Amino acid sequence: MKEMSQQTRQPTEQEKYGRHRPVTDRDAQEINRVEELSYDLKIREVMTSNLHTATPDMPLLKVLEILRVNRISGVPVVQDGKLVGIFSIEDIVRALEKNDFSSTVSQYMTREVVTVAEYESIVKAIQTFTDSRLGRLPVVNKDDELVGMITKGDITRGILLALQRDYKEEELRRYRASHLFEDIISDRTTLVLRYNIKAGDFTHGGNASGNIKRALLRLGADAQLARRCGIAAYEAEMNLIIHTNNGGILKLEVEPHKITLSTTDDGPGIPDIEKVLQPGYSTATDKVREMGFGAGMGLVNIKRCVDKMELESTVGKGSKLTMRITVPPETIASKGKPT
Amino acid sequence: MNLQTLIEKLQLNILTAPRDFTSIIPQGGYTSDLLSCVMAGAKNGNIWVTLQAHLNIVAVASMLDVAAIIITENAQPDAATIAKANEQNVILLSTPKASYEICGTLWDMNLR
Repeated sequence: MKEMSQQTRQPTEQEKYGRHRPVTDRDAQEINRVEELSYDLKIREVMTSNLHTATPDMPLLKVLEILRVNRISGVPVVQDGKLVGIFSIEDIVRALEKNDFSSTVSQYMTREVVTVAEYESIVKAIQTFTDSRLGRLPVVNKDDELVGMITKGDITRGILLALQRDYKEEELRRYRASHLFEDIISDRTTLVLRYNIKAGDFTHGGNASGNIKRALLRLGADAQLARRCGIAAYEAEMNLIIHTNNGGILKLEVEPHKITLSTTDDGPGIPDIEKVLQPGYSTATDKVREMGFGAGMGLVNIKRCVDKMELESTVGKGSKLTMRITVPPETIASKGKPT
Repeated sequence: MNLQTLIEKLQLNILTAPRDFTSIIPQGGYTSDLLSCVMAGAKNGNIWVTLQAHLNIVAVASMLDVAAIIITENAQPDAATIAKANEQNVILLSTPKASYEICGTLWDMNLR
């Protein structure tokens, strides 16, 4: 005998309307996503809402007919919209034992019904399933009116649908971007992104490096690689904003097996490169330090995040910082691609 | 412990757009007002406690995917900072208490 919710089902709210949730970088990491969803998804989004119900004054033979025709093992009993009990096969058996088929549902139904509320997260339903050992639960609204039924199957289906919808768009973008290197044939393909960084432009500080991180995720970089490059790019970007005369260019070069980040500026140049590489050494002004910059940790952070860092500088001419990151196999569209 | 519980227990002001904080589960925390230290030390999912309130904290938080920023000692981010935080999905919270006290309470709440 089938479970109640497996009747010819109407689409759930979620299936009908989808979930309008922007996909963020965090989503792209997929860490504990199912766990998050069990808090995020509401019971009403996954429950089945077209139900067969009985009323307390319904003759037993009539309910038996409902169960038989719809091949279900029980029905919620509703009076004036309110849930008053559950009537299941076991109750029929009890009536059978007494050979009592002339009575009504109210005499044999189970009155103490465990329910969940439609506005609660599905994690609540999961807990209730575990605690009560029931296979299905009636769902009520805030006025205690029956609005649906939920089974473990509904929850699984709801989570799978949500995952599918959440990632569909981002996956598509990512799929297209990550095949860039495979679709374009050359002896050496490099994707170059350039960002013009203005001196003193704290308002846009971090925008370029944020875009770099997103671009790398789209290209198929894993979260950790994108984060390493993002942090290095951020520190380099802030250096251009804080320390240059006229700003400079932040450049990202992506190849299937390596990433090169670089900044170039036209001054003032660094008098003592050894010194600026020391942790804690900074030439930042007090005003900049008040904002939390100038810890003297920027280049140290960069060194930690990249595989190779080179800094060249000539006073009066400018500086060039080059950062190289080796892309581990299986990321950035390097999958099975001979290069 | 989810972010909603944390907000209630610490009586934090929510500066950015309301959302379902129960779905966010912070993982540990980090405190510093030096942005490069935060870049080096904070992990994704952390709560970042700072008294910096200017625009650049949003870029740092977004880069690191921190769960939320708690701005202490009533430091007030300007409208542009809040707008940017909303745009980048960064949650800004504030409190009149000092960073020391907030971190102590978070530690006691077993956010370690």
